[in-house]
Amino acid sequence: MAKPMDQYTWKDLTVGNVVDEPGNSIEYHTGDWKSQRPQWNQEKCIRCGVCWNFCPDNAIEKRAGEFIVTAKDGRKIKYDHYFVADLEYCKGCGICAHECITGCIEMIEEVD
Amino acid sequence: MTNRIGMEVSLMVSEAVKLANVDVIAAYPITPQTHIVEHLSELVADGELDAEYICVESEHSAMSACAGSSAAGARTYTATASQGLQLMSEILYAVAPMRLPVVMTVANRTVSAPLTIWNDHSDIMANRDCGWIMIFVENGQEDFDQTICAFRIAEDRRVLLPVIVNMDGFILSHVIEPFEPVDQKTVDSFLPPFDPIYTMHPDRPVTMGAFTMPEIFTETKMAHDVALRESEAVIKEVWEEWGKLTGRHYTAVEEYMTDDAATVFVTIGSFSELGMEVVDAMRQKGVKVGLVKIRLFRPFPTEDILSALTKFKNVLVIERFLALGGVCGPLAEQIKAAMYKLKDTPNIVDFVCGLSGRDVPPEEFFGMYETAINAIKDGTVKEFYLWGVRE
Ligand code: SF4
Ligand code: SF4
Repeated sequence: MAKPMDQYTWKDLTVGNVVDEPGNSIEYHTGDWKSQRPQWNQEKCIRCGVCWNFCPDNAIEKRAGEFIVTAKDGRKIKYDHYFVADLEYCKGCGICAHECITGCIEMIEEVD
Repeated sequence: MTNRIGMEVSLMVSEAVKLANVDVIAAYPITPQTHIVEHLSELVADGELDAEYICVESEHSAMSACAGSSAAGARTYTATASQGLQLMSEILYAVAPMRLPVVMTVANRTVSAPLTIWNDHSDIMANRDCGWIMIFVENGQEDFDQTICAFRIAEDRRVLLPVIVNMDGFILSHVIEPFEPVDQKTVDSFLPPFDPIYTMHPDRPVTMGAFTMPEIFTETKMAHDVALRESEAVIKEVWEEWGKLTGRHYTAVEEYMTDDAATVFVTIGSFSELGMEVVDAMRQKGVKVGLVKIRLFRPFPTEDILSALTKFKNVLVIERFLALGGVCGPLAEQIKAAMYKLKDTPNIVDFVCGLSGRDVPPEEFFGMYETAINAIKDGTVKEFYLWGVRE
């Protein structure tokens, strides 16, 4: 959308309120709704991608970044990426935290 | 001029749909519209009409299929009645604001309970505000003509709204009447191919019927309401053109023998033909009555109705729907509301009759006339009369 929703007059609308601009839902920030947000413990995360797969809003991003994690047996594991939620779209449903294999995502209260 | 032939009115409608060269028909049979879709299925099966004929499992699915096919750019038709229309209700409310020009015949039938198959307007009046254009016809010829006009109106880019053509169940749908068909060439010249603004097509993806926030919902309703109101001018334009082409002229509101009338009957649907007979008979007895017929119900032709009705002393509304627990029938209600701001209004007397196909012979009109005139004289006019009910 070219301008915020509450600035549209009825004359600006397309016939039948058709959305004729594919992919413009990206401008709709569902993140406004949430009362909780996910917080990652990158030390415990094994980069399995389950959270990334399960997020119903496609709000989890895979970002490049070097992390060295110490495994239980003392081995050092090097990762070149990590997962984090884009808080503009994360609606705080907690599915990522529920599905996470290692329990490394914690839902914390959203305070602004 | 083409020859007049006899045909069942339902079949006339099917023939009109064929001449309109529809692409998709979604059909679920329900009495009394069954003959329409049955005949269409024959036309498709015999190769006379090149259309997709979708047999669905309910009317809810029928209208859903119509929504999809119309969105894909196909000229789309269906027919229903009574409970079928109620089952479609949810989708009726989706098709209109999505501006999908589906055309539908409703062979008006009472909604149960008690279960009944005969005619009144309880099906359509329950859906009167769903945002479709609504036309009522009085005979087979009009049904045929209006079915073709409906596609032209619906698909006009200034309109792009679905249209319901209402025909009284059995009274019209199952009666054989004379009519003058129109040839394919004439219809083709009148009805250009459907050219939608938006279609569901992978090359140009769009989203139809998307989620809307409160910030913008009211604006969507305003846009729909304005489109529906403004369609009145286009409807009249289309009717004028059809009149020039066929010699059959249609108006939103029609008057019969009103020049010197003090009292008029206001009718909708097939009551109108009967009403005209009654007017003739009463005039022979020296009673100066006339008739005003409402053909267009949505958008409500308020201006035309005011200019037609304010000339008379007494307006007797004859309608086929009981608004349970309400003030009066929907037709009288709309007329009264339209007149509210005026200083001098006629006496409006509302008669609800003919429910579930109960016969309303001409004598009943005399009875209603007498009742109305006496009540007006005595100042005892009730909000409405449920006519003919045994006390
Ligand atoms: S809380 Fe829900 S929306 Fe937010 S990142 Fe997790 S799964 Fe996605
Ligand atoms: S599911 Fe848990 S362990 Fe797996 S990538 Fe997501 S946060 Fe890391």
